[in-house]
Amino acid sequence: MIQKTFSNEAGNGGNNVTETATEPTVPAVDRVIIRFAGDSGDGMQLTGDRFTSASAMHGNDLATFPDYPAEIRAPAGTLAGVSAFQVQISDHDIMTPGDAPDVMVAMNPAALKSDLHRLAPGGTVIINRDTFEERNLTKAGYDYNPLEEGDDLKGCRVISVPMTSLTKEACKELGVKPRDADRSKNFFALGLVSWMYSRPVEPTMDWIDAKFGGRDLIVAANKAAFSAGHIYGETAELGDQRVIVKAAPLESGTYTNVNGNTSLSWGLVAAGQLANLPIFLGTYPITPATDILHELAKHKSFGVTTFQAEDEIAGIGAALGASFGGHLGITSTSGPGVALKSETMGLALSLELPLVIVSIQRGGPSTGLPTKTEAADLLMAMYGRHGESPIPIVAPRTPSDCFNAAIEACRIALTHRTPVMLLSDGYLANGSEPWRLPDVDDLEPIEVTYTTEFNHKNADGEDEYWPYLRDEKLVRSMAIPGTPDLMHRIGGIEKEDGSGNISYDPTNHAKMVEIRAERIRRIEVPDVEVVGDVDADVLILGWGSTWGAITSALGRLRGEGHKIAHAHLTHLNPFPANLGEVLKGRTHVLIPEMNLGQLSLMIRAEFLVDAQSISKVSGQPFTAGELETTILETMNGEAKQ
Amino acid sequence: MTATMNNEVVPETKRADWQSDQEVRWCPGCGDYSILTALQLLMPELGVRRENTVFISGIGCAARLPYYMNTYGMHSIHGRAPAIATGLAMARPELDVWVIGGDGDMLSIGGNHLIHALRRNININILLFNNQIYGLTKGQFSPTSETGKVTKSSPVGLIAEPFNPVSLALGAEASFVARTHDMDRKHMQEMFRRAYEHDGASLVEVYQNCNVFNDGAFSTITKKDVRDDMLIDLRHGERIQFGSEGQYGVVSCDGGVEIANVADVGLDALLVHDETRQDPSTAFALSRLAAGPTTPTPVGVFRAAKRAEYGAAMATQVAAVAAESGKGDIASLLRSQPTWEV
Repeated sequence: MIQKTFSNEAGNGGNNVTETATEPTVPAVDRVIIRFAGDSGDGMQLTGDRFTSASAMHGNDLATFPDYPAEIRAPAGTLAGVSAFQVQISDHDIMTPGDAPDVMVAMNPAALKSDLHRLAPGGTVIINRDTFEERNLTKAGYDYNPLEEGDDLKGCRVISVPMTSLTKEACKELGVKPRDADRSKNFFALGLVSWMYSRPVEPTMDWIDAKFGGRDLIVAANKAAFSAGHIYGETAELGDQRVIVKAAPLESGTYTNVNGNTSLSWGLVAAGQLANLPIFLGTYPITPATDILHELAKHKSFGVTTFQAEDEIAGIGAALGASFGGHLGITSTSGPGVALKSETMGLALSLELPLVIVSIQRGGPSTGLPTKTEAADLLMAMYGRHGESPIPIVAPRTPSDCFNAAIEACRIALTHRTPVMLLSDGYLANGSEPWRLPDVDDLEPIEVTYTTEFNHKNADGEDEYWPYLRDEKLVRSMAIPGTPDLMHRIGGIEKEDGSGNISYDPTNHAKMVEIRAERIRRIEVPDVEVVGDVDADVLILGWGSTWGAITSALGRLRGEGHKIAHAHLTHLNPFPANLGEVLKGRTHVLIPEMNLGQLSLMIRAEFLVDAQSISKVSGQPFTAGELETTILETMNGEAKQ
Repeated sequence: MTATMNNEVVPETKRADWQSDQEVRWCPGCGDYSILTALQLLMPELGVRRENTVFISGIGCAARLPYYMNTYGMHSIHGRAPAIATGLAMARPELDVWVIGGDGDMLSIGGNHLIHALRRNININILLFNNQIYGLTKGQFSPTSETGKVTKSSPVGLIAEPFNPVSLALGAEASFVARTHDMDRKHMQEMFRRAYEHDGASLVEVYQNCNVFNDGAFSTITKKDVRDDMLIDLRHGERIQFGSEGQYGVVSCDGGVEIANVADVGLDALLVHDETRQDPSTAFALSRLAAGPTTPTPVGVFRAAKRAEYGAAMATQVAAVAAESGKGDIASLLRSQPTWEV
């Protein structure tokens, strides 16, 4: 998902097969979508991840979508236990993991049953035949064997392979026990798919060595399984299935394949370096935010302290304590954790201290769908505290953009002395894409100044320190503990503006409420950029992770001759200064969101614009195809109100 | 832990230097006044810098105290002061961080943070003002209120049994636990000093009189004329003996401890108090001598044992990583996964 205005991504399932000059025997396609599906014990996430890495090294553009169950271990072979990993690889710039897979790997009947409906018409299913026996079929809810009867596989190309027994056979002479060999069958599948798409073999072999080094039998079993799958492709006359996806013509530079939580963590580390401040992460594990703790815990050499607290409230409390001490305080969580942290967020904004609250949204309410994505916490981020309590909100749009958004959130927090919500989601967190690494010298330093001298004279002409004296942006003076002479006390009780002394004066409270609102309004954020047919009557307004699907859908619609403009918000509070102007005079303002219309509500309220909502709350991201259809319907006035 | 790093000379201060310009607003006669005075008198003796001293509190009457100390301070939210102080103490180990809270604040809404701050042995000094009542919300029972107590929220008597804060702290592996009371400023000052000198988390329970909502809760043991017979003064290395004539003592019994007449058991049978004992069992047994302040009650330092302090352990870990991998470099971090050139 290399950011550019629009791509000419081909239509749904369109494999534009062309001859390639370099490898005359293997036809090339411009892109392919592969979905690995199996039992959650089958290692599908690992398999997908390895395929992705090999493709990234090969130079493809790509986007991934891990789709896994919340249960640690649902009963093997059941529909609840199906774990899937979808990846789109291409020879051009793409924005999404694709709509309908061209190829699906089904490691057992449950995987076939749960995911077959996603397959593109005429797509290929690669099936592990060994698992299609009565017990597994029953567990998956089949009262017949779809390999032998029924219409399930009609219209698909089926490659039925006894993966388990072939893997066991390949491992036999190594002395690997059948049970252990069975666990390597995912590498058989990986080997087969790698052969079909001419993926390089070496990176996977090296990875197996690195990952399982020292456990010789496991290394040997996985390598043997991979090779067996690879050889099977050649010997089973699957040559007509073999295609190549050439490297994408990406901008020159150094690339790495990154998921959102990793790049977000790196952005936080970078922000600490740019501000020349130590980072303090106070947090409590929660899906899908936990990987941020895991990643930051590795980076002590950057002056990063990670504190796994006793609960969410302690996590943000400790982060706020560190901020009070002059460090960059950060807390990471997901929706239910934000709810617990809301009182401390209120305190932080009353104290006017820097604090970054990272929220990786998931399906709600309550425990909801912890491993599935949703973006329904916008109103909570915006309004989910008591009293008038505005907090800036920054939302990344792609996995790699999480890096920039994290730096931006820290910049606002530190330079405006305010808690800031960094609002990502599960789809960005776990999805990955190639990222052209920025030149770190180009990143702007974050100027943080702490007050070290008196800033006020009292009526007797004596020097004093007033913690709530403000600059032109209404940012208050901040002296940190340890600074001589500037001792002062702050708290959640209303303070007199300027002196910071406790004040219950009604007019002072009204003034402070207005100042707290105004100082957020005065945060300068870049104008929102309008792309596509800039002056079109129809504007699609998006935020967060819908960027990829919207961009792809618009590429298709504009390719068909529709005039549409697109604007995507990174800053949701305050809104960009030009947003009102951008919305003005459009016939349609359509807002696709993974909620029931939260941004629509905000836009309608703020700009009195008849924004129309395009909602999806299924725990799955939008596909470009469904957005294309819905946008067309809405433009034509056919959408349900 | 002392703020006088590297033997630097700290300018002398007086009590007045530790008094902020804010008007003290507690009910007349509140026990909090004498605790505040004890702290303001102690600070000059400790020879610390005001700017390196931070008071953090939650919500409640006690939690107003930071406003009255001329140091850095934060009046935060109900129950959360130990968590906030933990972050500050970890980020800035050179600061002296004090946590102020009441029995409702720290044992009820903030119970979780209290036990974990003690368990981790973060270098903070926690002063728990226990008046066995909710004062700021005007008279509901608290986690330390005695069973049967009639309050606005328990009009026919409290059903639950109370927490014993010292037992709780010892159960949470606290390395320093002491108890004192607001009628004896010298003793308070001594306990606060010991807490300050302790490396790691320290908890001092202060029996504090709420003369409006729970007046006289501790008078059975703290009034001048009964003190000698009702307060068991724990002194390290000495026999645990009390009473106006020294007629009572504490002896081991059945795996625990009990009060005995010295005349019956003889002086040599009395338990010698060892606050440094690693095994907290004896300290815990001592904390069980009194279920509440109506029978002879131990005061003083129950436990002052050496345990690894969290912040120091963290600093050691960070230094070890830094020594091994060198200072972090963002450009290298971004290239820490497989990369390729286009």
